[in-house]
Amino acid sequence: MREKTLQLVISFSSTAHAMAVEKYCLEHDLPGRLIPVPKEVTAGCGLAWKAALSEKEILLEAFEKENITYDGVYEVLLR
Amino acid sequence: MYFDNAATTRTKPQCVIDAVCDAMTSMGNASRGAHGSALSASRVVYHTRAKLAEMFHCKRPDHVILTMNATESLNIAIRGTIAPGSHVITTDMEHNSVLRPLYLLEKEKDVTLSFVRADKGGNVKPEQFEELITPQTKAIVCTHASNLTGNVVDIEAVGAICKKHGLLFIVDASQTTGVLPIDMEKMNIDILCFTGHKGLMGPQGTGGMCIREGVEVEVFKCGGSGVHSYDKEQPRDYPTRLEAGTLNGHGIAGLYAALNYIEEVGISAIEQKENSLAMRFYEGIRHIDGIRIYSDMKAKQHTGVVALNIRDYDSAMVADALSEDYDMATRAGAHCAPLMHQALGTTEQGAVRFSFSWFNTEEEVDAAIAAIRELAEE
Repeated sequence: MREKTLQLVISFSSTAHAMAVEKYCLEHDLPGRLIPVPKEVTAGCGLAWKAALSEKEILLEAFEKENITYDGVYEVLLR
Repeated sequence: MYFDNAATTRTKPQCVIDAVCDAMTSMGNASRGAHGSALSASRVVYHTRAKLAEMFHCKRPDHVILTMNATESLNIAIRGTIAPGSHVITTDMEHNSVLRPLYLLEKEKDVTLSFVRADKGGNVKPEQFEELITPQTKAIVCTHASNLTGNVVDIEAVGAICKKHGLLFIVDASQTTGVLPIDMEKMNIDILCFTGHKGLMGPQGTGGMCIREGVEVEVFKCGGSGVHSYDKEQPRDYPTRLEAGTLNGHGIAGLYAALNYIEEVGISAIEQKENSLAMRFYEGIRHIDGIRIYSDMKAKQHTGVVALNIRDYDSAMVADALSEDYDMATRAGAHCAPLMHQALGTTEQGAVRFSFSWFNTEEEVDAAIAAIRELAEE
């Protein structure tokens, strides 16, 4: 199995929320991408936003500012 | 020549056709996985919600529910919000997609109905709604424009009455989306129901409803959602609450292209063109002997619909002659609007409906005028 590192995973309760985050991040040049929810994360939606752990602050600040809905924030060992 | 755009716009922008074809060769199932094909579908679906929310001033894209058509949206809205024993106000101008769900509630849930009566010109006035309000009144369900005459209801004034009396306001915008400006906030609309294949110029099998924040619409079908899969109940979050099963992703891709097309052209340009075609037709036929026109063409706002009859001729016969002898598509008969025909006194004769679209031309209108003149002289 490939080597894993600790990464940031943000979960959502609906696909619409996940897609809203992707749209916002792409439009504002923010890092990350959508992935299938890893088993360590409890989430309603099968999509999660993955980014480097170092990007946590910048992402959460932007979400807060824009009133973007998300479910939970996790640090998960992922490849 | 196609003059039945109030039924469906037959000519679609080429970008709509291309988008559907592209989607059918590339799109997976929206909200079902994180691979590229599924995500491309999820993106199109979400971007469509966002575009519709922007167009109708709905604050939340996730409160834009995608359905098959306006009829489905109206059924979901009416059956999902109106409690047993409530009193509901509606109008003579409604299509059966409003009337029949309400009649069913009347039969099954002891809901009582009051109708704002249309005058002989086929119009209703906002103050008539207020006169019908009782302590039991819970909602007003109202069309934005008649599918038979194109007459427009002053939705902003009716919305203000709903706000004043704390009533739920459900609007059927089947005939006006993409043609007249709609602002849910300004018009105080709680649930806006629309179809994708008429003024929005998208494919058939697309439609939707925009739900104001805080308005609860109950689940009407359950099933796969791609989210919360271990829950026994349908998830409560919008849009999932009302969207069990695979969406019409290919059609929605076409609708998205149509919305972009409309944005580029501008709704006011569309409104202006359809109005000018309808006015040209009206001016061309109004003085012909034996013509009776039912549309209120002198109103401040109007859609591109002109309903008429020639003498006492059966409307079906006139529409058939237009089709057979002139290759012109119009709609005769009842138009699923029984109370409006009663108000206009046309239940027996029906009416011949011409409805123009963005893609009709002045030359076509002139040909239609000539055809009506010939038929009236027969």
